[in-house]
Amino acid sequence: MSLVRLNGLTLRLGGQTVLHHVDFAVEPGEIVTIVGPNGSGKSTLLRAIIGALAPVSGTITRKPGLRVGYVPQKLHIDPTLPLTVRRFLDLPKRVSDTQAETALNEAGAGALSTRQMAELSGGQFQRVLLARALLNAPELLILDEATQGLDQPGSAAFYQTIADLRDRLGCAVLMVSHELHVVMAASDRVVCLNGHICCEGAPEHVASAPEYRALFGTGTGGALALYRHEHSHSHDHDHEAAE
Amino acid sequence: MSLLDSFLVRATLAGLGVALAAAPLGCFVVWRRMAYFGDATAHAAILGVALSLALSINILAGVLAVALIMALMVTTLSGRGYAMDTLLGVAAHSALAFGLVAVSFLQGVRVDLMAYLFGDILSVGRVDLAMIWGGSVAVLALVGWRWQALLTATLNPDLAYAAGINPKREEMVLTIALALVVAVAIKVVGVLLIGAMLIIPAATARPFASTPERMAIMATGIAALAVLGGLQASLIYDTPAGPSIVSLAAVLFALSALARAALGRRTRR
Repeated sequence: MSLVRLNGLTLRLGGQTVLHHVDFAVEPGEIVTIVGPNGSGKSTLLRAIIGALAPVSGTITRKPGLRVGYVPQKLHIDPTLPLTVRRFLDLPKRVSDTQAETALNEAGAGALSTRQMAELSGGQFQRVLLARALLNAPELLILDEATQGLDQPGSAAFYQTIADLRDRLGCAVLMVSHELHVVMAASDRVVCLNGHICCEGAPEHVASAPEYRALFGTGTGGALALYRHEHSHSHDHDHEAAE
Repeated sequence: MSLLDSFLVRATLAGLGVALAAAPLGCFVVWRRMAYFGDATAHAAILGVALSLALSINILAGVLAVALIMALMVTTLSGRGYAMDTLLGVAAHSALAFGLVAVSFLQGVRVDLMAYLFGDILSVGRVDLAMIWGGSVAVLALVGWRWQALLTATLNPDLAYAAGINPKREEMVLTIALALVVAVAIKVVGVLLIGAMLIIPAATARPFASTPERMAIMATGIAALAVLGGLQASLIYDTPAGPSIVSLAAVLFALSALARAALGRRTRR
């Protein structure tokens, strides 16, 4: 059974139709990446799946009792709100110290427990968000441009963590990204979105699809090659497996 | 006969009751940047007082009703082409103006407006005391019950949705709690100074807190200190009680800000 299934989903935001008639499903254990230009409705789609937006028409069917781990695009923490990493992990449900420690280690954010959220670097912050999303043993991990603000090695390492987690925990991953070359290499399936689904399939298939090229040009093929070249002699073993 | 016969004991207990509810709720007001929302709710309370007197209903009930209606109206209208602070500005000042006009229509009754604007803590009776503590305990129970969900929704609405929490419902919980605090605090500090009891203790506690819970507890302690000290000062110097309490809270805030600057400089070096 699919974890989430969208049937003919149409969604409006501020009087404008952002998604038209989207049919889409996520199966257990797969990594699906949504790519698309700005304003193509990528984040809107994710927000509909977590239940933050109600569709105008169409249906969203979640597997009964589906456990979702959500990593938002960015999280602004008001400077007036004191919040340690440990306390953040206790939201929305309190967890044991062991659970918190395990999640932090899995996300590559060990030893940050007592730090204030506001003092973390961009990469640390994203890893803590990921750790929190792992706490309820998610069947579906949803990431909305989770590597915004990270440099390329940083985001490659982040995606590597996610691929490892999928292998270890067996959860499905649904993510949105701008970094086509990094993400496409790490995905089982790529969905190209522009208000509707333009094309979808295996990364190689999508990259060569005319609809995809019309949106992104052929330049990304070159970027992919460049990326592979860059890291074929990388000194950081963490990054190699992302290729 | 009993301790409650002393007006000073009643005043102290009334002040502490308000501090107990206003300080933790004030933390949310600060974290969510709702300071102006708190003020607007408080200003609407004057209209509530006038209507209660005109219709001879319980003042607490009248204030609660008007404060809630105003909060709901503002929440519904926001996002429909008006900025939140514009709407609050319109609502707060017009509610205050309508309230003052309405009071002037009340012929037979002599209304001591100053008592509602700045509070009259020394005239708190046993019934008032019961209402203040009843309201405060209700607010504390409500906020305590929803604490985790409120924090999640305060942090990020989408994070709340993904966890099955409806952030709009949590916002409503805060609105109701705010209306309750305003209703019970009128007698103690008056509508013009309620905002101070919400904001100042929370802001004073911020530099010394590492978690939301610690900030709420410290804010409560600071608010209680302001109440006790402010009442003493008002006795000694014969100054109005409500403003004396708020003045002391402001002094504590200034000290906290200085301490924060000193701490910040030391860690940066």
